[in-house]
Amino acid sequence: MSLHINIEKHLPSFNLKVNFEHKSGVLGFLGASGSGKSMSLKCISGLVTPSNGKIIVNDKIFFDSKKAINLSPQKRKIGYLFQNYALFPNMNIIDNIEIGISTMKEPEKKSLSKEYIERLGLSGLEKHYPWQLSGGQQQRVALARALITAPDILLLDEPFSALDQHLRNNLEKELMSIVKDYSGNIIFVTHDIAEAYRVCDDIIVYENGVSLEKREKKDLFKHPKTLSEATLTGCKNISKAKKTGKYTIYAENWGHEYTFNTEVSENLQYICIRAHNIKICENDGTINTFPYIIDNIIENPFEFTIYMKNNTNPLANIVEFKIEKRNMHFSLNDTVYLTFPQDNLFYF
Amino acid sequence: MNIDFAPLWISIKTAMVATIITFFLGIIVSYWMSNFKGKSKGIIDGLFTLPLILPPTVVGFFLLLICGKNGLVGNILKLFNTSLIFTWSATVLAAIVVSFPMMYRTTRSAFEQIDINIISAARTLGLSEFKIFYKIAIPLAMPGIIGGLVLSFARAMGEFGATLMIAGNIPGRTQTMPLAIFFAAESGDMQKAMLWVIIIVTLSLFLILILNYWSEIQLKLMGRRTK
Repeated sequence: MSLHINIEKHLPSFNLKVNFEHKSGVLGFLGASGSGKSMSLKCISGLVTPSNGKIIVNDKIFFDSKKAINLSPQKRKIGYLFQNYALFPNMNIIDNIEIGISTMKEPEKKSLSKEYIERLGLSGLEKHYPWQLSGGQQQRVALARALITAPDILLLDEPFSALDQHLRNNLEKELMSIVKDYSGNIIFVTHDIAEAYRVCDDIIVYENGVSLEKREKKDLFKHPKTLSEATLTGCKNISKAKKTGKYTIYAENWGHEYTFNTEVSENLQYICIRAHNIKICENDGTINTFPYIIDNIIENPFEFTIYMKNNTNPLANIVEFKIEKRNMHFSLNDTVYLTFPQDNLFYF
Repeated sequence: MNIDFAPLWISIKTAMVATIITFFLGIIVSYWMSNFKGKSKGIIDGLFTLPLILPPTVVGFFLLLICGKNGLVGNILKLFNTSLIFTWSATVLAAIVVSFPMMYRTTRSAFEQIDINIISAARTLGLSEFKIFYKIAIPLAMPGIIGGLVLSFARAMGEFGATLMIAGNIPGRTQTMPLAIFFAAESGDMQKAMLWVIIIVTLSLFLILILNYWSEIQLKLMGRRTK
């Protein structure tokens, strides 16, 4: 299993630049809408031809602009799960599933489609039409239709975005248990951070059409290396920063200087902390602790978001802080002390 | 009243043959155009639609230029010792040219409305382009195709100007119903003209009813599909 992609595609709205290699496991493309994630899948599957570059899947050259190789989508053996499933509305479920293996002999075809219908829990729906099925069932049909062709690579394009929130979690579990048996490469496109974290092993963040360096997911969430990675992984507090000493960083937007036990690197531009990593504490002289005034409180289903104003520097940006409901005993305009634990502060 | 029903049969025969040709030609050309990405798309589209906009006499004039004695097609036909002008084939040709834009435009928009993801999915599943055309694109565009078919038939049957220019008004050979009405009224035989008018109105109404019935069925099907 291997994936080697290095392509460029000039589009009217942006220039797509994708460059990565991948061996095994689920690879996620994470990015804002219109950042080129889906366009990358279209290039890999051959639906769109890149301007130049190379696409190699399992040592098979799909596309190489230098050697003038460009396999048609039909020849690439791709399993593509579309956002809206793209089932054929004029065919019943069994015809939808069998269409990709129509060149097989009849008995083989029947036994294979029977196997997939059972595996995906679609028994009894064979003669139904797509419009008669629920969103989840349609997704399973689309998955059966793609998997039955034994594709070399499976591309999942925001598979849950068309579903209601309460259905998503179940379907996500279902989808992942089905694809667990699949041995090829999987690329999973999403703009949902939590979904990406649960489903993927490695994640590539997209920034205006450019794919950033591939990251192991835990590493990505713990130590984002760029502004895009920090915002896309849900970091709310980001400040411009500059190094002021061997162990200190001054956060320009927060108006405080932070001290570290280890030496800080040169050329840093930003310092960040996630909203749930900030701690409220007593003024006991812990390092990186500063006074703040509660500026605004917003209630969420299971937690409060508190917006804090720097007590000593009125020009500083407001800091976002999350607290569980049972720990909440603050009100507007209270003065509190916030600790920014250095393990949770990250900079780049 | 002694009535010769030849114009009715000529009209129906002409419209049928013309519609069959327009039907296949229209589907193929509109599918090709709906996938065509070239720069000349606008010009080609304009050429195909032109007969719909131009006065039929102008269309007839062009056909006369092309198919007449000194025209390109006329010269080729001369090699085979035959000619097109003032024959029944000319009525069919006139009907094809004026009905083609109806078929072309309706069908093309039906093809263009198909969800591109469905076509993409078919491609990734390994279906050949031809199979995508007849197993997916045609069934999904069927409501538009049927609509185009009925409109083309109606237009072919109602053709007057271009027919008169290149096929003339030869009773029993090229005289279709619209021509019969014009020449009956011109010679003061209002009764005869009225009879043909009634026949045409009845036929047209019947066609519209079929069209409505079809689109109702298809709309129900589509509505369910997109639910």
